Amino acid sequence: MNAGGWSRVRNALVLITVLLLIWQGLYLWAGEVALASPLGTLRYTAKLVATEAFDAHLLDTLRAFTIAYALSVVIGLAVGFWLGFDRLSGDAFEPMIVAVYAIPKLTLYPILLLAFGLTLSAKVAFGVLHGVIPIILFTLAAVHNTKPILIKTGRVLKLTNFQMVRWILFPAAIPEIFTGLRVGFALTLIGSLLAEMFASQRGLGYLLMNGIGLHNVELIMSVTLIIVAFAASVSTLLLYVDHRLHRRG
Amino acid sequence: MKRLIIYRTLVIGGIVALLEVLCLTGVIDRITMQAPHRIVRDLYRMLVSGRMNSAIVKTLSNTVVALVLALSVGIVVGALVHRWRALRDTLDPLFATYYAVPVFAFYPFFIVVFGLGDLPQILIAFMLGVVAMIVNTLNGLDRVPAVLVKTARIMRLSPIDTALRVMLPAAGPYIVTGIKLAVAYAFIGVIGSEFIMSRGGIGYEISFAYTSFDNATMYPLIVLILLASVAVNAVLTRWEQRLLQRRGMRT
Amino acid sequence: MSGVAVVVADQGRPVPVEQVRLENVGKVFSVGHPPALLHALGPVDLRLERGEFFAVVGPSGCGKSTLLELIAGLTTPTEGTIAFEGRPIAGEAPEGIGVVFQEDASLPWLNVADNVAFGLRRLDLPASERDERVRNVLKLVGLSDFATSYPAQLSGGMRQRVCIARTLVMQPRLILLDEPFGALDQQTRLLMGDELLRLWRQTRATVFLITHALDEATMLADRIAVMSARPGRLIDFVETHWPRERDSRIVEHPEFGAITARLWKTLREESLKTIAQTSRDAEAAP
Repeated sequence: MNAGGWSRVRNALVLITVLLLIWQGLYLWAGEVALASPLGTLRYTAKLVATEAFDAHLLDTLRAFTIAYALSVVIGLAVGFWLGFDRLSGDAFEPMIVAVYAIPKLTLYPILLLAFGLTLSAKVAFGVLHGVIPIILFTLAAVHNTKPILIKTGRVLKLTNFQMVRWILFPAAIPEIFTGLRVGFALTLIGSLLAEMFASQRGLGYLLMNGIGLHNVELIMSVTLIIVAFAASVSTLLLYVDHRLHRRG
Repeated sequence: MKRLIIYRTLVIGGIVALLEVLCLTGVIDRITMQAPHRIVRDLYRMLVSGRMNSAIVKTLSNTVVALVLALSVGIVVGALVHRWRALRDTLDPLFATYYAVPVFAFYPFFIVVFGLGDLPQILIAFMLGVVAMIVNTLNGLDRVPAVLVKTARIMRLSPIDTALRVMLPAAGPYIVTGIKLAVAYAFIGVIGSEFIMSRGGIGYEISFAYTSFDNATMYPLIVLILLASVAVNAVLTRWEQRLLQRRGMRT
Repeated sequence: MSGVAVVVADQGRPVPVEQVRLENVGKVFSVGHPPALLHALGPVDLRLERGEFFAVVGPSGCGKSTLLELIAGLTTPTEGTIAFEGRPIAGEAPEGIGVVFQEDASLPWLNVADNVAFGLRRLDLPASERDERVRNVLKLVGLSDFATSYPAQLSGGMRQRVCIARTLVMQPRLILLDEPFGALDQQTRLLMGDELLRLWRQTRATVFLITHALDEATMLADRIAVMSARPGRLIDFVETHWPRERDSRIVEHPEFGAITARLWKTLREESLKTIAQTSRDAEAAP
């Protein structure tokens, strides 16, 4: 790792330290009833993760999330490529898809629940609704931003459309597509979690809401910590790959 | 340009028409969804009757409070972070991963600490919107051409004057982008929180209507939210594009 | 417009008054991680006379812009002293100096008239006088018809004229220009050169011009200095002795070619040194 990489690590460590200090400070000020201390939360987390019940919830969330993400990727890439190549459709629909970002999508969840019932499918569909959008948009942009010289090269070599995509366009578009996949990952996770928080009997989101009724601060903070830590570390990893891809591109 | 609008209208119209047909013929049963024309009619009746007024007011006021906080804190922090390199370096990892973290995951924690009132919602909405504002303010300030800052110094402008008359206007389009995002996020934060757990507001009404099997209330409200968020976003986007165009920047 | 404060000697001929004095000025930058010292400029000794048109030519990267920024007060020298009208410049732009940069410095969110009036706000002038000054200066640079247009609607040359107008409206006694026509095509450059001479005569300000175009320097200036390769020092001074009433047709003057040739002779050597320097720097970089 070069100097830049190390300084980024240092920055992250400083940030985490500062956040932990603030957390500890709030705990000392607010007291045991309101908050759990960092150390207390970690201890509780260790205990929690060992229980079977927790593992069941975790698996539920992971299952819904994984299926949702896989679907998002497949649908997102397909639609993204289609809209990228078909200029008319792309220009027509892209603003509409961008507008979806601004909609509080949670309000659409009841429609999915009514359509799919209180099943895994509803959760998955909701996750897909979140994750597919950035994948479509970034893939579309990747196709639009392809340098014309690459397409000319493909024509000169007399490639079929499929070959053109496979050998030239897709590799050239990978950095931008990856960014879409990265954002799609994060948003699918958020979508899955939200679905669980609203209407579910299982999953990490359900655990969180359950903690409210039980007024179990430690449980809530613990699960929140797990979710945040997971999301932040995966996101950082994906960002790192993203940077490397864009640099070589 | 015209062609695109026609195409879009046809597609949206086609989907609505399809839904109408599917509902009327019973392929989609009434428990799942009502026919679009009924939804529109119910929405009109609901708004006219004023039944939802208090909910609308609640949602709007919470959104505005969260938004004002997010904008003001966002611009100030953005300007501060821009000035102090050490602060920027420390917060950089936070900004990079922020929107990958489910901020709503903090909502139960806020409820337990602050009680089920307006504050947890406002906090969530604020948390969602403020970083978008900070990042875009930073982005805008970064892109102020160095030559403009030099010009301000040659003209012997005070630091405050430089900030207000040169840097802020120069960063204008990007700050408007931040405002646009903050508005969307604040709205999403409030509605989402109301939806998950709250005592009032449009999100709560939708959630309540769902659990009461009250489609006649639920669907119109969903459509209302859809229309409101898309309309506001469209207006802000127009403003953003106009700013960019006036300066000859690519849209 | 600001008058030239000139001491008239007995014979009635004006005695030159010194306006800018640089003594032993040097500038060292620290660049990169880990910081390395870059000796950009110096030592430089220079005296500018009030009302003269002075040009500096030199290879790229030799420190010409640094010299301009030092005189403008945008940066401080690491050694030596700079004085403007007798007072030392202390890291702040002195009053009475205007600068035109190579990049487009027009404010894109203001129209032409508001751009030009931008610096006037500090002067607390009554609105009528402000408007009149703006009107006059717009007429001077030929942009009266575009007062309500926005910079994005104008060509590059017109935008530079907006910047020049904005500088002139402050009635500076010294105008610094850093390759102001660099981004323009050749014909526009020549015409802008004519305009610059006209403005110089009318405002009676001192003009300090940096350019990499030898013909431009020879055409426009009373005195030309050649700067060496980095670290930049002024190694040759040439006086053109042109009449004050001149324009681009001065190229026909028999002396024109000789002056340009002399400049190039000195400059060519320095340019070659710069190229060697650049390849050494590139090899040394990680």
